[in-house]
Amino acid sequence: MVKATETEITFKINKKEVTVNVPPDRRVLDLLREELGLTGTKEGCGTGECGACTILVDGESRLSCLMVAAQLEGSSVETVEGLEHTAEGQVIQQAFVEHGAVQCGFCTPGMEMTALGMLRKDDHPSRDAIREGISGNLCRCTGYVKIVDAVEHAAQEIRCCREDQ
Amino acid sequence: MRAVLTPACQEELFAAWQTHPDAIPMAGGSDLLVKLRSADSSDLRPLLLLSRIGELNGIIQDDSHICIGAATTFSRIIAHPAIREHAPILADAAAHVGGPAIRNMATIGGNICTASPAGDALPPLYLLEAEVELLSPSGARRLPISDFILGPGKTALKPGELLSSVIIPTGRHFAVSRFEKVGRRKSLAISVASLSSLINLSPDGIITEARLAWGSVGPTVVRLNSLETDLQGQKTCQRNMRRIVETVRDGVAPIDDIRATAAYRRSVSANLLVRLLESLHV
Repeated sequence: MVKATETEITFKINKKEVTVNVPPDRRVLDLLREELGLTGTKEGCGTGECGACTILVDGESRLSCLMVAAQLEGSSVETVEGLEHTAEGQVIQQAFVEHGAVQCGFCTPGMEMTALGMLRKDDHPSRDAIREGISGNLCRCTGYVKIVDAVEHAAQEIRCCREDQ
Repeated sequence: MRAVLTPACQEELFAAWQTHPDAIPMAGGSDLLVKLRSADSSDLRPLLLLSRIGELNGIIQDDSHICIGAATTFSRIIAHPAIREHAPILADAAAHVGGPAIRNMATIGGNICTASPAGDALPPLYLLEAEVELLSPSGARRLPISDFILGPGKTALKPGELLSSVIIPTGRHFAVSRFEKVGRRKSLAISVASLSSLINLSPDGIITEARLAWGSVGPTVVRLNSLETDLQGQKTCQRNMRRIVETVRDGVAPIDDIRATAAYRRSVSANLLVRLLESLHV
């Protein structure tokens, strides 16, 4: 049996480089919440069925409950705490507020990160594409309609911003 | 604490594995990490990460085959033009695995080695006559997918052997290529039953070839060879639909579990085929 020791892992979190010394099998969700104090990312099911812990790794949505720390080496991670520092992130947050897409709020960090990942790839998604895009994120409050409205509106805003530039 | 080995190439992988023969290969981890979490906490076997190994990632195509690295994610498979052109049924099935974030993590090699009766990539691979390549320090061997999967969670992998790629022959075109899945919900659902079908039709609607595979209704993928033969030369508008229904109901071998009863799965298996044939009738 190999002796496991804490490992130094360097990666970017919301554009800032960090180096942490953690057990290499630490769940990324726990690393974010406990080592880095980024408690915006939530744990729902812990088994990849609810999407509450969704983060972006190198721009793609991933479930942080199903990743180990060693997988982050050299990667760029974005969490809900980084949203307010990006133009698209601000638009998404505002759209969620304005459309009443937040009720209890527990799914919101995962929903917004999923929306960010989706809208970066496609800023003109149909409502069906939005529903498909957020299909891995459970919300028990809203019935999804307001979330789809918010993402649709955010997409429109992001398109306008791009055209203005 | 569990050690995590992070080889950067196949050579490093086998070197690390030889030093730690108890290590567990991990591709996407979407299934493995859930299992390990609920397993005995004294199990601290190291993880052997496959995601950094270039040889195991990506899709290459030659004149007669597509070769998919075992650690290629479902998102990559869905988006790849060669898969969409030559193996659209695999892209279709891949799009039904988990949800978007799961598909960014989960891999085809993981889906195969997990050997779950509900693995959505498996039935299309049976129909496409895919082979898997198994690597070990002593060399490589190939097996048809149907010989590789032995039962729920059981494969023909020998200790120290790694599934490195999936090889799909190209060159055959099917007019009908469908994957249909019935689950408890639409996304993030484990199949209750699925039907994959590749069918060719003559201009006047006669079935010239039918390949059918059911998932999640037996210990491994179910193919009904006699039914495939019987369907050949027949019209899609079936007068003997009742007999076909009986053949499917008797041919599948489902169990009762938390998602559905065996009886329900038998009915759904037959209904999926009836619906398919009716949809082809013009």
